Amino acid sequence: MVDSLDVRYGGVHAVRDVSFSVAPGEIVGLIGPNGAGKSSTLHAIMGLAPATGSVRLGDAELVGRRPEDIARSGIALVPEGRRIFAELTVAQNLRLGLAGRQAHGGTKELYDGIHELFPIVHEFRNRQAGALSGGQQQQLAIARALVSEPEVLLLDEPSLGLAPSVVDVVFGALAAIKERGLAVLLVEQRAQRTVAAADRTHVLGGGELRLTLGPDDAADTEKLVGAYLS
Amino acid sequence: MTVTWQNLADGVGLGAIYALMAVGIGLVFGVLRLVNFAYGQLVMAGAFALALAAEWGWPVWAGIVLCFAVVLALSVAMDYLVFRPLRGHSPAVMLVATFAVAFLLQNIALLWFGSLGKIASSLSTLNRPWVISGVEIRKIAIVAVIVAAVCLFALNQLLERTEIGLHMRAASMDFGTSRMLGVRANRVISFAVIISGVLAAVVAVMLTVQSPLVTPDFALTDTIVVLAGVVVGGLNRPIPATLGGFLIGFATGVLGGALPTTQSQYLPTFVFVAVIVVLLVRPRGLFDFSRTVERV
Repeated sequence: MVDSLDVRYGGVHAVRDVSFSVAPGEIVGLIGPNGAGKSSTLHAIMGLAPATGSVRLGDAELVGRRPEDIARSGIALVPEGRRIFAELTVAQNLRLGLAGRQAHGGTKELYDGIHELFPIVHEFRNRQAGALSGGQQQQLAIARALVSEPEVLLLDEPSLGLAPSVVDVVFGALAAIKERGLAVLLVEQRAQRTVAAADRTHVLGGGELRLTLGPDDAADTEKLVGAYLS
Repeated sequence: MTVTWQNLADGVGLGAIYALMAVGIGLVFGVLRLVNFAYGQLVMAGAFALALAAEWGWPVWAGIVLCFAVVLALSVAMDYLVFRPLRGHSPAVMLVATFAVAFLLQNIALLWFGSLGKIASSLSTLNRPWVISGVEIRKIAIVAVIVAAVCLFALNQLLERTEIGLHMRAASMDFGTSRMLGVRANRVISFAVIISGVLAAVVAVMLTVQSPLVTPDFALTDTIVVLAGVVVGGLNRPIPATLGGFLIGFATGVLGGALPTTQSQYLPTFVFVAVIVVLLVRPRGLFDFSRTVERV
């Protein structure tokens, strides 16, 4: 639950009084033009940007906590640009995801579930992560986030720079992740695709929440364009 | 100038000690992006502990334990009192802070022990030679190589096979992303500082064999030379930094032994001219062959 969230970088007011919620088993989209405050919202939730207001997971207040504590409380971020550790192997990248996991044991079942979702992570487990293609790295980044068994998954432009066929894989995985009961907050530039995949999509502009769209609005190009220009 | 087998052996021995110092400095730089100029003073403190233990008539093992205890206590104190409060400040602030800590420790030593210092002679028997195939090689040269090899192997196993090692490697590559994944920043930094302290204590033991007179500026020149070696090797990567430390130690050891006594004062000049030439030719470091490749 995000309530009255504000983010300021010095004199720049990047996010203004933004409120929304994401429930388990839901995908909520955040779209908008560049500089709308989408990534800043994700960073604020993750403790990576200076924020005021409230971000709650269950009864726990997250604003003001350190990123590593937020990760350990059940939120995982798949950052823009993937930020995988290129010099480590795929398996070592996945193991790093365990740093945010609260449960002990049961890692085999956990990995099995992730390998089922992203077979390449298992297939290339001994390969250097930097040697993977962009699409494979994106799958690894999502898999690494899932290893922490989060309640909420934040994704920052996961389709950026990927071929259309790989974008299909990523969005297919998101649908499967939703089926597993995770709450997914998806920041994307592909507006139509996001609106169609999400249970609801908030349009941000100038740091403010301007409009909320439902899956039925995905086919309404004029409404989408209007939402961006509003 | 004549280079003998003994000079080469001394060079390898000093190179091994400097390699350990380079690793100690590199570990902290990896996670904090901070060059700890007070590293030499940690070695100095350990050396004084050895000298005091010898003065009090303690057995060698007790002196070594005291050396490790003093260096580790100072390392942890440095982490809690300086590194943690200043983390998040600019690198320049942290750098100046380590200068301040270095001067503070050096002046405390000056007040306590005076400028003439003390003698740490409990391990001086290691300065005697072994004769191998007709060549006299000081025992410390061989011991230094063995100890450095064991330390580097153990450190490698720790970084490759343990969870905290993986977290340290990840933190040195991208601290922000590591924290975002749940890696505990303070734990990783403390661990790096402690390992770095252990290596400083090992270096203190071996340097007191090389030069038993411990003064407040003990290991100061060595630290500056090692820092130059770390930069020559490649500051951003642990293996090149270690090789840089070894190389500059080897060069210093060989030249120090081979130069005529009348010219030995020029040794630092030769070493630092070589450092400048290397940095002009290979600014990223002599052993850093990595290339930044980004997929489109």
